Amino acid sequence: MSFIEAIRLALQQIWVQKLKSFFTLLGVMIGVTFLIAVVSIVGGMSKYMSEQLVGKVIAINSFELRRTPKINFHGDEETQRELRRRPEVRIEDIAPVVAALSPGTRWAAYAANGFNVESRYVNKPKPASFFGVTDQYFEIKRMEPAKGRLFAPQEYVNAGNVIVIGDEIATYYFPSVDPIGRELIIKGAPYTVVGVMEKQGSAFGRSFDQFVMAPMNSPLGRLKTPHGALNSIMVQTPSRDGMIAEMQAVREVMRTRRHLRPSQKDNFELETSESALEFWNKIKSYLVVAGVALPAIGLVVGAIVIMNIMLVAVAERTREIGIRKSLGARRRDIMSQFLVESATLSTVGAALGVATGFAFAKLISMVSPLPAAVELWSVFLGVGIGAGVGVIAGVYPASQASRLDPITALRAE
Amino acid sequence: MSQDIIEAPLGATAERQAVVRATGGAPDKDWVIVTRGIKREYDMGGEIVRALRGVDLAIQRNEYVAIMGPSGSGKSTLMNVIGCLDTPNDGEYWLNGTRVSSMSEDELARVRNKEIGFVFQTFNLLPRATALHNVELPLVYAGVSGVERKRRAREALERVQLGSRVDHRPNELSGGQRQRVAIARALVNNPSILLADEPTGNLDSTTSEEIMRVFESLASEGQTVIMVTHEPDIAAHARRVVVLRDGLVASDERQSAFMEQLRRGGV
Repeated sequence: MSFIEAIRLALQQIWVQKLKSFFTLLGVMIGVTFLIAVVSIVGGMSKYMSEQLVGKVIAINSFELRRTPKINFHGDEETQRELRRRPEVRIEDIAPVVAALSPGTRWAAYAANGFNVESRYVNKPKPASFFGVTDQYFEIKRMEPAKGRLFAPQEYVNAGNVIVIGDEIATYYFPSVDPIGRELIIKGAPYTVVGVMEKQGSAFGRSFDQFVMAPMNSPLGRLKTPHGALNSIMVQTPSRDGMIAEMQAVREVMRTRRHLRPSQKDNFELETSESALEFWNKIKSYLVVAGVALPAIGLVVGAIVIMNIMLVAVAERTREIGIRKSLGARRRDIMSQFLVESATLSTVGAALGVATGFAFAKLISMVSPLPAAVELWSVFLGVGIGAGVGVIAGVYPASQASRLDPITALRAE
Repeated sequence: MSQDIIEAPLGATAERQAVVRATGGAPDKDWVIVTRGIKREYDMGGEIVRALRGVDLAIQRNEYVAIMGPSGSGKSTLMNVIGCLDTPNDGEYWLNGTRVSSMSEDELARVRNKEIGFVFQTFNLLPRATALHNVELPLVYAGVSGVERKRRAREALERVQLGSRVDHRPNELSGGQRQRVAIARALVNNPSILLADEPTGNLDSTTSEEIMRVFESLASEGQTVIMVTHEPDIAAHARRVVVLRDGLVASDERQSAFMEQLRRGGV
């Protein structure tokens, strides 16, 4: 008997007993629903983490030399204390670090702090993150001005009183006028806005558009870092492979400058987007284990229900089995008929579970800040699991059916 | 009961010779069925029931045979053995020149599919399948492709005058029509023998006559028909009657002689 034929027969059987079939499918359906929901939400968060959060904070193919990691979820006191004891990365570190880099490598340093920004147009000051940056910063971060321009080379050198501002600062202070050429007052001194940057968005409620940037050497830059401390020296290589070599070069320079013995650990951070994502990957692995283990219980229950229903079906259809055997069905024909039936039953349940799982994930992402991403592979996984559960649950009943003696089976009521 | 092997009476010398010849190997191709010393015993909770105690039987191609006997005579067991649903404990059975008495389960399934067409007392149609699908079933297991299957199933249904009822389910058909669907199903894979077990047992006399006319015409077209029945007037349609008693062949007569015996009230 052909496979398609067997599936058709199985679907027919399901359709004839709709309600019974539905209850049979419920276990598998719920199992797959939660599996899909968890996979979608974890996948969504993962995507969010790498694209939105880390992708915005740390540029592609780049690493940052920092005192402490930018994204720091290490909870234990020991680590925190070690981090606090680390010396600052300083302006004086720039020249030796840059000297160690291969040609073609981009770099930029920045120092950041929060200041209140004032304007003569708006009375209430607004806090903003202030960045003093060097010239390749915007290139590395792939930030483009939406209006106006970036800093000119001589403005980096001559330390002009010029700033570029984030979208949110622009709309706050200049809701109805063109901000280009206007002034903002920071720590009592006026600065001219030369550019408004493209909207950067936000992650976990933190806006990336609430910034003011100036050349590092400007008065504002010096204001930020009176003692020469830097937040970060960013290095970006043309390729992923080059990045590792550059990281090694920078590490050696820094260890030498800080006179670290071979036994001592780095007292600075070389942070990549991967290392920033490490904490998340750790959480994710727990979530995935929980997200797979819990639905698995549902699937086991589902398998037991299907096995029971199939045993009932074999008992109810003993005569049919006898008829089929008398007409020439071999053991394996009967076996595959019931296996396909139980697999089809289970797969239909899994397919329903995939649908409700996605609906569930969407619902969660609508009512909570958790994002959901529909992953194609999880559809195949869900349906595949359904078929697998069906086959496993069907083996025993199907082999019972295939072993029936045709004469006895034909006599059954 | 005596355990001695009783020399089974055979209707004609030809049959006896066929059985004897078969001892040495495969019998002549003309003989569709040759059994020699078939024994079948059941263990019914410690008690051994000897349903068949050494049946010798030879049936030629194109014969129309009725197997008769009171209940408990072993005729159902014999039918199961002939139909390859059951295997004998002892003795040999050649179907179409092939020894089937020692075949495996799967080989027997293949033989049932290719050589035997069953017609049961209770029709044994799949209740939820249409007449056409019921008739298709043997071809499904024979591995015939969909289009060819449908064509042959339709043809078989037309042969039993049910060409207009192909899409009806068994519960939409009368008893006689159901049995004709079953006959179409039995014939669809061109079996060597049509094996009917009390084919009119669940039918009224008018319908019974109708079904017997179907058998009659099939037999006259050259189909080998073996029919198990306990009703003498149904058996009277056959051209040869084998009577079983206590697991042995009690008589094996050509119809003319059998009719004579019927008239004397001997059966």
